[in-house]
Amino acid sequence: MIRIPCPFCGERDHSEFHYGGDGSITYPALDAPTEDWLNAVYQRKNIRGVQIETWHHVNGCRMWLLVERDTITHEIHLVRAAHDGVDGVLKGRT
Amino acid sequence: MSARRLSHGGRIDRAKTISFDWEGRKLTGYPGDTLASALMAGGQRVIGRSFKYHRPRGIMSAGVEESGAIVTLGDGAWRDPNVKATTQELYDGLVARGQHAWPNLHFDMGGVANFFSRFLPAGFYYKTFMGMPPFEWGSGTGWWMRYEKLIRRAAGMGTASRAPDPDAYEHAHAFCDLLVVGSGPAGLSAALVAAQSGLEVILVEQDFEFGGDLLNQANPESETKRIELLSAIHTAGVRTMSRTTAFGLYENSVAGLVERVTDHLANPADYLPRQRFWTVRSKQTVLATGALERLIAFGNNDRPGIMSANAGRTYLNRYGVLPGENIIVVTNNDSPYQPALELAKAGATVHLIDARTTTPELEKGCGVSVKSESIPIKAHGSKGIRGLESTASEGIQSCDLLLVSGGWSPVVHLLSHRGIKLVWDAQIACFLPGDTDAPIHVAGSAAGIWGSKDCGASGQVAAAKALGQLGHDIKLPTGKISRGSGWDLPIKPLYEIKVPGRKLQSFVDLQHDVTSEDVRLAHREGFQSVEHLKRFTTLGMATDQGKMGNIIGMALMAEALGKNIHDMGTTTFRPPYTPVSLGALGGRHVDSNFRPIRRTPLHDWNLSNGAIMTLAGLWDRPWYFPREGETIEDAYIREATVARKSVGLCDITSLGKIAVQGPDTAEFLNRIYTNPFAKLSIGKARYGIMLRDDGMVMDDGTCWRLTETDYFMTTTTAHAATVMVWLEELLQVRWPDLKVHVTSVSDQWAGCTVAGPNSRAVLEACVTDPTLISNETCPFMGVIETTLTGAIPSRIARISFSGELAFEVYVPSDYGPSMMDLLFNASKPLDGCLYGLEALGTLRIEKGHVTGAELDGRVTIEDAGLGKMASKQKSYIGDVLRKRPVMLDKNRARLVGIFPKDRTQRFNAGTILCKPGAISGFGEGWITGATYSPALGHWIGIGFISGGFESWVGQTVVVADPVRDQNINVEIVLPQMFDPAGKRSHD
Repeated sequence: MIRIPCPFCGERDHSEFHYGGDGSITYPALDAPTEDWLNAVYQRKNIRGVQIETWHHVNGCRMWLLVERDTITHEIHLVRAAHDGVDGVLKGRT
Repeated sequence: MSARRLSHGGRIDRAKTISFDWEGRKLTGYPGDTLASALMAGGQRVIGRSFKYHRPRGIMSAGVEESGAIVTLGDGAWRDPNVKATTQELYDGLVARGQHAWPNLHFDMGGVANFFSRFLPAGFYYKTFMGMPPFEWGSGTGWWMRYEKLIRRAAGMGTASRAPDPDAYEHAHAFCDLLVVGSGPAGLSAALVAAQSGLEVILVEQDFEFGGDLLNQANPESETKRIELLSAIHTAGVRTMSRTTAFGLYENSVAGLVERVTDHLANPADYLPRQRFWTVRSKQTVLATGALERLIAFGNNDRPGIMSANAGRTYLNRYGVLPGENIIVVTNNDSPYQPALELAKAGATVHLIDARTTTPELEKGCGVSVKSESIPIKAHGSKGIRGLESTASEGIQSCDLLLVSGGWSPVVHLLSHRGIKLVWDAQIACFLPGDTDAPIHVAGSAAGIWGSKDCGASGQVAAAKALGQLGHDIKLPTGKISRGSGWDLPIKPLYEIKVPGRKLQSFVDLQHDVTSEDVRLAHREGFQSVEHLKRFTTLGMATDQGKMGNIIGMALMAEALGKNIHDMGTTTFRPPYTPVSLGALGGRHVDSNFRPIRRTPLHDWNLSNGAIMTLAGLWDRPWYFPREGETIEDAYIREATVARKSVGLCDITSLGKIAVQGPDTAEFLNRIYTNPFAKLSIGKARYGIMLRDDGMVMDDGTCWRLTETDYFMTTTTAHAATVMVWLEELLQVRWPDLKVHVTSVSDQWAGCTVAGPNSRAVLEACVTDPTLISNETCPFMGVIETTLTGAIPSRIARISFSGELAFEVYVPSDYGPSMMDLLFNASKPLDGCLYGLEALGTLRIEKGHVTGAELDGRVTIEDAGLGKMASKQKSYIGDVLRKRPVMLDKNRARLVGIFPKDRTQRFNAGTILCKPGAISGFGEGWITGATYSPALGHWIGIGFISGGFESWVGQTVVVADPVRDQNINVEIVLPQMFDPAGKRSHD
């Protein structure tokens, strides 16, 4: 079972979270060219190793998190609030 | 019969007799017995029949590796098949019987299969019956499906009860610093060191007693040591759990355990669950899981009366049963020498046959004769061994028990669950744990350390390693513990006995009847990898998972391929280590607890007003409100009629409700809805559609502007959670710069829709200031915040899903029943009524309004007939990708209404729309909703058809209903079937 250290709630079972998606994607502007949207929505790398993902602590604090997970071992390397401002507050960078 | 209970010795309590039922006969045993030990003491040799050849089988082991003594326990709903007699504790009134035999264990008709065994090799059934000519040449597997049922019955494992499981199960959770699996000398020592150093330790043991192999010893010092260790770990605060199997090891040091709470009790208390399924989250794990003794493949090595050498010792020392009086022991290693001596001391004649040239020295007069450089060839006797043919002597040497030791296999299954490679150690002939960085430490015989003292020391080392990884400053115990310690002389690998020119039927997997020859057949058929070997022969795929024989299969395959076992590798062990009941996995998530049920704050009010409820998703909602003698059809038609004629009330609390607040809310809404929201004025609501990034419709709903920065959003019932998650993702991940906050308020507001020409009159009677409800102050899509009679705070919007003049009224949840009393009392003089989900569907289908049934995630905004809601003035989520050519293709299935050609006919939802004469495949479209329409006086439907209304004007279409075998001619109309101009709601 994957255990995710939520920066707000502490370490919890993955069953409290919903997997979001690829956390490395920067979504284009709403009026960006079709090509950009196609890439953002459909093109995914099938990474063997560490990848950045979004997870939602849906049955917890309901915060969206950026999680670095190893796709082979399920090892979790880094977890932070997806929202930059909130992450800054947590880390005292206000 | 040769096995007998001794008058003294063992861990059984002879003061109390337990009686149980075996195959309809009364037998007795003692507390401390397993079913197997009691059967053995009772002289029972044939315990079951084998899976494929129906060969008689007896007790082969004294533990979880058992592949012979597999029985069915209990009767009726409690019938539990495939129970290992060797691990089942005896209790008063236990009922057990053998499996796979008809009419009985001693005369089994299925036994004829054995005479044809050379025609029944691995893969026989598939090869013979699948694609069987002439029926199935190129035509699939229809006949195979029929044969398979018969074949399965002939083979058959035990049969489960068809009745619902009458027992309760529980899920439980635990946390600790260190989980120790196994309570032999290694596990006890590890737990003690760790707990004394301050760790929180849980020690689990699958047996009903702690001690592992210490329980099988004859010398009293072992028992003294066991009691000392146990008392010390309890003093140190170790939490111990017996009858608990660690069946799986997962990421992050999470282990799955099954605790058998009442399986050993004659009359368990009502409040106790049968089993508990534990999820244990530890930081470190010590595996002291022991090792299992292997068999050797020689002729008829499956006969009742053949068992592992250590099992012989266990029955003697733990259960006080002398398993045989004339015993032959065959071995290739040192381990059965001690058991042989103990059995001889207990009164048996013991002849030891050792494959090695050099054998351990035995004292004169010990009662055991040793013949070196000798191997067994073939066992004789069918329902019980009578003798052994071996290279030790001419002819058949008689015996009543044959003990076999082919070496030991460490229990490394849990490591394998974590993907840790196993390494073949040629010197001690077994797979050992490979190196790993994982926080798992293996100790004792699970690490190939055989001597009891060394096992204890290795447990201390494992605990020290765990402590070290947790940051404790611990010195590793000194002293060298080497693999294979405990044996004076090396093992001589011996897997299969082959005699040139003779066919010996020797088994490598007894439970699945896989023979040595089957393994070679797999090789001849071209299989190379162990994983394929396993699947072709089913080696190791029975409920014992090949614990006694798998290694032999690997060895034989390696030999056939000309490789060594090291290069072949082993199959991957996967959880569970031993079978786990489905009941334990399910826990309390059964029946009405299978998933949560959501009830609105109006639930009791609805029930006391005659509602019949139905489940819609998780929600328990009013379906219809029948009056005396009404059917559901009568009721919903009346309810919909009253709503159009006068006024109807409907509980709409289940709609998703979200408070969207903050200075950037207008901008946020403008980005997520397809239609313009930037200029929605305060006191107005708007219908809106949200798309996904890929351009498909996600949800529709309304959004009310209460103040400059405060909005109240409603979503469909079905998509409430999805939309909430989506808004949170957008605000936190994608647009962190927007100052908007979203809060789910679905549970905070109770809602009622008041629909019909008299709805204004009803509301006027209920609000504190009736002038607020006029057409001027509350026009179509107008929003007011006011109070109902009795100072009930409320939010009211003039929104219509029914197509009538209608209002949605929301009050804080606690006021819900009061609101309903007010509204219902006001509607009674106007002949109003309550309506349920069924009439709600009727009203919305008449109007062509979409719901979750239409917005199924595969529908574009144009498909839903809402293209004009897609703004051209702004960009929004899904805007770019919805414009892809295929998404705009005019021939896509579009929303339409459906009328039967013959207006007296009816049709069903879920049916397929086809061209006449082309009723096949997916057709041209589908129907998502159908109802009798009181407004139109006939049945109508809503659905999708390729090209939409324009493509089918004036044509006949067929509603194909293959399930009910009826086809109805229909015509396609515009989805707005009633009051298309919307006069009734806008006026």
